[in-house]
Amino acid sequence: MTLTQAEPHVMAADSGMILSGAEIVVQALLDEGVELVFGYPGGSVLHIYDALFKRGGVRHILVRHEQGAAHAADGYARATGKCGVCLVTSGPGATNAVTGIATAYMDSIPLVVLTGQVPTPVIGSDAFQEVDTVGITRPCVKHNFLVKDVRDLAVTIRKAFHIATTGRPGPVVVDIPKDVTDPNIKIPYHYPREIRLRSYNPVEKGHPGQIRKAVDLMLQATRPVFYTGGGVVLGEGSAQLTELVRTSGFPITSTLMGLGAFPSTDNQFLGMLGMHGTYEANMAMHEADLLIAVGARFDDRVTGKIADFCPQAKIIHIDVDPSSISKNVRVDVPIVGQVAGVLTDMLRLYQTQKPQPDPSPVADWWAKIADWRRLDCLHYDRASAAIKPQFAVETLYNVTNGELYLTSDVGQHQMFAAQFYPFTKPRRWINSGGLGTMGFGLPAAMGVQLAFPDAQVACVSGEASILMCIQELATCKQYSLPIKVILLNNGYMGMVRQWQELFYESRYSHSYVDALPDFVKLAESFGHIGMRVDQPADLEGAMREAFALKDRFVFLDVVVDPTENVYPMIVAGKGHHEMHLSPSLTERELA
Amino acid sequence: MRHIIAVLLENEAGALSRVAGLFSARGYNIESLTVAPTDDPTLSRMTLVTTGSEEIVEQIKKQLNKLIDTVKLLDLSDGPHIEREMMMIKVRAERPDREELKRLTEIFRAKIIDVTETSYVIELTGASKKLDAFIDAVPEGLLIEVVRSGPTGITRGEKGLTL
Ligand SMILES: Cc1ncc(C[n+]2csc(CCOP(=O)(O)OP(=O)(O)O)c2C)c(N)n1
Ligand SMILES: [Mg+2]
Repeated sequence: MTLTQAEPHVMAADSGMILSGAEIVVQALLDEGVELVFGYPGGSVLHIYDALFKRGGVRHILVRHEQGAAHAADGYARATGKCGVCLVTSGPGATNAVTGIATAYMDSIPLVVLTGQVPTPVIGSDAFQEVDTVGITRPCVKHNFLVKDVRDLAVTIRKAFHIATTGRPGPVVVDIPKDVTDPNIKIPYHYPREIRLRSYNPVEKGHPGQIRKAVDLMLQATRPVFYTGGGVVLGEGSAQLTELVRTSGFPITSTLMGLGAFPSTDNQFLGMLGMHGTYEANMAMHEADLLIAVGARFDDRVTGKIADFCPQAKIIHIDVDPSSISKNVRVDVPIVGQVAGVLTDMLRLYQTQKPQPDPSPVADWWAKIADWRRLDCLHYDRASAAIKPQFAVETLYNVTNGELYLTSDVGQHQMFAAQFYPFTKPRRWINSGGLGTMGFGLPAAMGVQLAFPDAQVACVSGEASILMCIQELATCKQYSLPIKVILLNNGYMGMVRQWQELFYESRYSHSYVDALPDFVKLAESFGHIGMRVDQPADLEGAMREAFALKDRFVFLDVVVDPTENVYPMIVAGKGHHEMHLSPSLTERELA
Repeated sequence: MRHIIAVLLENEAGALSRVAGLFSARGYNIESLTVAPTDDPTLSRMTLVTTGSEEIVEQIKKQLNKLIDTVKLLDLSDGPHIEREMMMIKVRAERPDREELKRLTEIFRAKIIDVTETSYVIELTGASKKLDAFIDAVPEGLLIEVVRSGPTGITRGEKGLTL
C-alpha cells in the first residue's frame, strides 16, 4: 500500500552511517520503533519525503488534511499506548495540525509532530509558508524544539520521544528547517538510546508515608468512593485499580476519559460522574466521606461548583503531575507518582492491614447507593416511534458484544455513547475530552484501525461533527480501513440545541444543520458503503449487516429523534446534588 | 502575598517566552522579571516577582517547575535573603536645584553618573522600597525618566541556588 519501493534498511543505531538530515529523520523513526507516520507533504518537508521514498521501512499514511494527521496519530496513541507520529509541512501544514496538537495536549496524549520550516537563513523574513510554529504551538505542547543544526537533529528527536512518552505524556513538536534536511550535507549518524535531561525528571514512585496515610483513611472510611480518570488509562494502571477496588469493596465512578479502566459492567461501578454523570455517581460524590482520586484532574465538567464539591470528604489524590494536585480543589493526601506503582503499593499495604475482605463498614453506604440507583436516571422512552439515540448506542453494544474500539466526536452522541456503551477494557473508548474537538472521531478511528487491522473499530458521530473531517473518507478508502461510522443524525447540533432549549428559551440560533448532504451517496462517492435507517425495528439488522461487512468501510446514517436531550445534567456552576433529571422520570420517582 | 522566585533555566532560545507565556496564559500576576546568563553559559537565571494567594503562588511554582527548560527553582521569600534592584533616574538639574539633588544622592548613597548643563542621571541600587523612597524624595517637577531593572535576589548564608 505504501508508495515506497522499500530498500533493505540497516537497523543499527551507531554503526558509522553517514546520513543527511532527511535520512536522519527517517532513520531516527526506525530506531525509535515507529510503525506508522501520519502526514501530508509540502515544500519544506520534501527532502524528508524523498528520504522516506528512498529508504523505506517507515509506513507513511497519507491523510487528506493535517488536522486528520494529528488526530489519527492521537487515536493510534490512545489505542496502543505508544507514541503517535505525524509529519507536516511548514506554514499552513503546521497551523492545520494545531487543533490536533491541542486536542492531544488537553488529554495528555504522547505525540511527536515533525513540522517542516523555511530554511534557517530566511527564518523571520516572512518567507513563503513561514509561520512561527514554535511560538504558535508553545501553549499547547508539552515541549517544542526548533532544530537549527543538522548535528542536533538525532538527539532532538530522541529527546522529543522521551519527553512525549514519560511522566505526564503530551505532544512534542520538532520544527525542522528545510536546509537542516539538505540531502547533500551528510554527517555521521548516532542515535542515543538513553537520554538524560537535567531539567526533566518525572517522579516515578509514590511517597511511602503518603501511601500509608491514604491507606489509613481507607481503613477508617464509611462512605468512600473512587473517582478515576484518564491517568489510569495512560499510566497502565487498570489492573491495579481493578484489584484495589475489588479488594476494598468500595464504589467507583469514572470521568469521561477514564471509562474502561475499571469494567463498567461491574456492580461496583456507579457510572460516569460530572455534568452528564449518573445520579448515583454524583450523589455518592456529594455524600462521600472519602474520595480517592486516581489520575483525574478535577476538571470543571466533573466538579461542578467547587464550593459544593464533596463537602464532607477527605480527599486522596494520586497523580503523576504535581501541578495537577490542589490546582482546582485542595486535597488532604497528595501522592505524586505513577498510578500503577502507587496503586500496587496501596493494595499491598491495605491487604496487610485487612487480610480478609470485610464489607461491613460500607454496608450502609451501599444500601444508600442502591436507593439512588433505583431512580434509574438513564431512563428513556423505549416505546418511542423514532429511534432514540440511547437505543442506537445500546443496540451497537449488543451487536458488537461490547468489544469495540469506539471513537467519538463531540456533542450529545458522545455523551450517549459514554453513558450507554459499558466499556470493560481500557483504551477502547477514544474521544476528545479536554478540548472537545468536533472532527476528532473519524481520523482517530483511522489511527486505531491501522494499529489493530483485525479489530472492530467504530466511530459514533453527529452529522455536524462528521463534516469537520469528512475528507478523511478518502484516506479510509486508500488504505482499505473497515471502520464503521454510526452517525446519530438528529439534524441539529444537538448539544448546542439542548443548551438553547434549556437556557435560551428554545431560541435555536444557528444550531440547525441545514443543507446536509445525503450521507449514503456521500459515502458511496468515496467508494464506501452507505446505509440509512430510520425505524427502531430495522436498526439491529442494519448494524449487524454493517459489521458483517468485515473488510469494508460502512457509513450508517441513523436518523434519530431530533428532540432528545442528554440527562442527567448538572448546569455549569451547580453542585453535584443539583442535577436536572430526564422529564421522562416522574416527580414521585424524584422524591 | 508578594513572592520573589529565582529560577535556573536552560539557556535555550525561547525559554524566556515559555515563562512569559505561562504567566499570560494562566492569568498569573507578574510584577517584574529579569533574566541573564550565569557563570555557567548553559544556564540563565531568572528572578521574578509575583503576587497571589498561597494557593496561586504554589501553582505558579509547580507550573514553572513543569516547564522542561526549568532546571531548578527557589522561592527566595521562603527564607532569609537579600534583594537588590538597580535604578537610573534622570532629573532636571538647573543651578538652584543642584545642591538639593546632590544631598539627596548622598543620603541614599546613590551616584551621579551623568551631568549636563540641565540634567543629572543618578544611579541607585537597593531594595525596591528604597528606590521608591528615592523617587518620592525627588522634588516636585524635576523627574524626567525612571529606569528600573526589577529586583534580583540571593539567599543569605552558605547555601546557594546552584546545580
Ligand atoms: C470544533 C468545534 N466547534 C464547535 C464546538 C461546539 N460544539 C459542541 S457540541 C456541538 C454540536 C455537535 O453537533 P453534532 O455533531 O450533530 O452532535 P449532536 O450533539 O447532535 O449529537 C458544537 C457545535 C466544538 N465542540 N468543536
Ligand atoms: Mg447532531
